[in-house]
Amino acid sequence: MKKALSVFTLIIFTLLSNNLFAGDDGKPELSNTKNGYVEVNDCFEKVNRGIFGFNQVLDKVVFKPLAKGYRMFPQPIRSGTSNALNNLSSVVTIPNNFLQGQFKDAGLNSARFVINSTLGIAGIFDVASYYGLKKTDKEDYGQTLGVWGAKPGCYFILPILGPTTVRDSIGSLVNIAGGDAWYNITVVNDTRYFSEADYYTSKLLNGIDFRAKNLESFDSLEKSSMDLYASVRSLYLQDRYRKVKNIDKTTETLSDDDWEELDSQ
Amino acid sequence: MKLSNFLLFFLLFINLYNVSLAKDPSDLINEIVDEAATVLSSDDPVESKIIKLNDIAERSVDINGIGMYTLGKYRKSINEEQKSKYQKLFRSYFLKSFSSRLVDYTNPRINVVSQKKINDKYTIVNSILEATSKRPQVKIDWRIYTKNPKRPLIRDLIVEGLSLARTQKEEFNSIIQNNDGDINALFKTLEEFLIK
Repeated sequence: MKKALSVFTLIIFTLLSNNLFAGDDGKPELSNTKNGYVEVNDCFEKVNRGIFGFNQVLDKVVFKPLAKGYRMFPQPIRSGTSNALNNLSSVVTIPNNFLQGQFKDAGLNSARFVINSTLGIAGIFDVASYYGLKKTDKEDYGQTLGVWGAKPGCYFILPILGPTTVRDSIGSLVNIAGGDAWYNITVVNDTRYFSEADYYTSKLLNGIDFRAKNLESFDSLEKSSMDLYASVRSLYLQDRYRKVKNIDKTTETLSDDDWEELDSQ
Repeated sequence: MKLSNFLLFFLLFINLYNVSLAKDPSDLINEIVDEAATVLSSDDPVESKIIKLNDIAERSVDINGIGMYTLGKYRKSINEEQKSKYQKLFRSYFLKSFSSRLVDYTNPRINVVSQKKINDKYTIVNSILEATSKRPQVKIDWRIYTKNPKRPLIRDLIVEGLSLARTQKEEFNSIIQNNDGDINALFKTLEEFLIK
């Protein structure tokens, strides 16, 4: 595991250093801003497209059939699974709420976690929402780095795991370097009650749950896309931008610059 | 009545008349959602549903505006002939892609919840696509072009904060960029998509 971590760290830092020299004009730049959005460099597009193709095959052969099978379970089972996984993700969201200065959300999520883990039986039932403690958005270390001012860096695709950026990958590394309590009690400290397998099972279930919720949207995107790779890249980067900015209202995400020139009436 | 008074009343009347003809962007969304729901829940054959859905889109969406937006920086470098060819191709692409996406839904229930005017040209209408047993509820915002208040038109759909027009623009730009900036590569890809 430690060896894999070192290799992964090395790859990330190689990407970071390559990214420093990725500007079109030969000048070092991490990224540039246009229309309020940070434009991200797809530094290794050819390689990325290859990995994306591999992931697509893997999705067709493994994840999509698993998601379809998961969909066949009754709704209460799927909701319970989804709630329990959401509850587990609180152990990453709460420290990131603190790190981003969202103290009210940190308190709310801590209360939700305690109530749902106990009264909600390991998070299967969302009892906290019943008591008026509504869910907030998930937060992760990649988002926190963004809030602190770190630019996304190169965009790239990881085998199996999918789209990411240098910043988001570093954020993921923080999880396995002690930032994720669930990882710590399952993988790092193999306790009497949990084992490494529990962590990887929860991650796999998370992926399947996400895929099952988006079966139709993915099919629709595939059907209408002429360059699926570019569409997925755009959707991923828009989503991360919104999450880093902690924007909920559409009017705050929009830049009218490009639209302003277009008068057709 | 003096001529000046008459003119004043006349201008006031014209102004009030125009205001009363202005269409509320939320009403536009409510109308098209109802119309689309009627079409989708009918027993009509798929081909007939597609024709009716396309008719709704042609009336309520600014297809030419979206088409030019999706070209991004390349819209400044194309000539009139290319522009005309692109607009024809984009219209066909849009309608095919729009109806094929929608026709799979049997009875989508969308509720308009609020709207916010950004400026004289744009209003954002916020709505919710209700959850089903298969998927959770989805937040859909509509960018409405209101330069002509009597005929507001849809320019973008923002699904859970993700702009479909922006995604389309980045997809088209990627195709052009990967073909050394040649716009004809996009035309070719669109033609291939249309005959699929």
